[in-house]
Amino acid sequence: MRVVLAEDLFLLRDGLVRTLTEHGFDVVAAVDNGPGLLRALLEEPPDVAVVDVRLPPTHTDEGLQAALEARRHHRGLPVLVLSQYVDQLYANELLSSEDGAVGYLLKDRVTDTGQFIDAVRRVAAGGTVLDPQVIGRLLARGEARGTISALTPRERDVLELMAEGRSNAAIAGTLYFSESAVAKHTASIFTKLGIAPSTEDNRRVLAVLAYLRR
Amino acid sequence: MSSTSRPFRAELSRRSAAVGRCHLAGLLGLRVAAVGAGVVGALLLLPVGVGLRLLPPGAAALRRCADRARHRAEQWSGVRITTPDPLPRTAGARGVLADAGFWRDLSWAWLEPLVGGLLVALPPSLVVYGLFGVLVQPFVWRLLDDGNWYAFVPVHSTALMLAATVLGLGFTAAGLLLAPPALRLHARWGRRLLAAPRVTELRRRVEELTDSRTEVLDRQAAELRRIERDLHDGAQARLVALGMRLDSATRLLEVDPPTARAALLEVRELSGRALEDLRGLVRGIQPPVLIDRGLGDAVRSLALDSFLDVDVEVRLAGRLPAAVESAAYFAVNELLANAAKHSAAGRVDIRLAHEDEGEEAGARGPRLRVTVTDDGRGGADPSRGTGLLGVRERLATFDGSLVLHSPQGGPTTVILEIPCASSLPKTSSC
Repeated sequence: MRVVLAEDLFLLRDGLVRTLTEHGFDVVAAVDNGPGLLRALLEEPPDVAVVDVRLPPTHTDEGLQAALEARRHHRGLPVLVLSQYVDQLYANELLSSEDGAVGYLLKDRVTDTGQFIDAVRRVAAGGTVLDPQVIGRLLARGEARGTISALTPRERDVLELMAEGRSNAAIAGTLYFSESAVAKHTASIFTKLGIAPSTEDNRRVLAVLAYLRR
Repeated sequence: MSSTSRPFRAELSRRSAAVGRCHLAGLLGLRVAAVGAGVVGALLLLPVGVGLRLLPPGAAALRRCADRARHRAEQWSGVRITTPDPLPRTAGARGVLADAGFWRDLSWAWLEPLVGGLLVALPPSLVVYGLFGVLVQPFVWRLLDDGNWYAFVPVHSTALMLAATVLGLGFTAAGLLLAPPALRLHARWGRRLLAAPRVTELRRRVEELTDSRTEVLDRQAAELRRIERDLHDGAQARLVALGMRLDSATRLLEVDPPTARAALLEVRELSGRALEDLRGLVRGIQPPVLIDRGLGDAVRSLALDSFLDVDVEVRLAGRLPAAVESAAYFAVNELLANAAKHSAAGRVDIRLAHEDEGEEAGARGPRLRVTVTDDGRGGADPSRGTGLLGVRERLATFDGSLVLHSPQGGPTTVILEIPCASSLPKTSSC
């Protein structure tokens, strides 16, 4: 699987390249600035891009902007964004750029190699991965506004894991449910959030989006 | 906002009110003259000793007149007149004589009835004389003989009577038109004599700046202390603990691998917590999204994080000075928290605008204006919580202001203003 990596700190970039290579990824480009990232993504779109939000030259949100720009040219280009902090605004922008194939994680999640590699694979496969911090804030907000009260505690757990981008099998494993029970819960969540069945949209992403936009 | 776009009736009543105010100002001029004369009398009586007792109350009465005139100038014409230092209370007549403000008051008392009085007398006189031409002349000219004149028109035929009526209408209109500018001129004239001496104004400004500088330095020192303490008690302590766990894990690696493994997992968790501490600290100093995107998006991000329904409208051309962005951000943060905590609001509207030009900004210079409105129950009072007070103090450092309108029952509106120039998007780094 071909990966483009953008990270300006040498130590981290080196570590990430090593981790990705160890797990069988082919790092085709490892850049340290925004324009370089955009060039790498546009010239030969990889299977997935792992991008730091802050990059030179501006050291602001250059990386995020480059990733969004590349996704405008190549629809659905999988991008996993890493950041020193998570911001709802950025999560919104990423999710709004198209349905799926995006991830937004706190940078220190890479210390759990297994989880990190799993996230890269899921984004590459067209899934959505959100940092538990983003999910936590979303749910807290939904709770305070009473919009989440329609969901049962079990359904909330499922939605939380779904928003993190987990498959039904993975959710079943985490919550010690059977897979059919998870499917029942997700169906009920979709009904409560008013998301109609459709073959064209990723309903799981829509459910997360529905929450972000409330 | 031009006068022609106003409805005619509103304009007429505004100008009529101005005529009335001119009239009132003229009458008050007479009173000022009387008080001034009294003070001069007291001065003349100084050699015989009685003046010593009469001067302080006289000066105080004169000052009250002057204060009222200052107040009226601002109320009627929007002309701000700075007040001189208060009269000395204890030093008696000697103190009054040594006070610069007293002599300014006195010179005003003598000149006001002459110069100011004549100025404000003109519009009412025109109106009265005009009305006389319109309402009285048509009915009385027949009764009077050939010597009847209205202004420069000898009224002794119907045609001339009509001419006099038209002239009277003209006079009335002129009086109405002249009244507001006359009031404004009168206020400016008053400012020349009544404003505190330039030295006093500058001295006050220096005092203000010294105060706000001390405040900033104190605040900054406190902030540094807080950051140091947070680092010391938080991240630093965690990193030490992490090192110790790492050390014991290294020793256990050979003899007891399972325990070593548990220790290493703990190390990972500790490092995660240390990072979390640092992130919280960074957010408290300067939120990253503010640095990345500027005030508009930073406030949008706050809105997304809020439990309330927040609507944000941003009209900013470019980036603002970093200190201003930061002050405005933390102020909005505080106001949002207030709305969520105390007002029982469900909806908040935030408007950010930079006023660069236009009539209103022209006089006061470019400024950032932030308006926060909630639909809560109102009754916010800055003298009770420390939050609003803190915001107000912080804004004072920038010569900014906070205006709060929060009647019982709501809604609450807060308007923040910070004077600052906006930089163009491309030059945001300088």
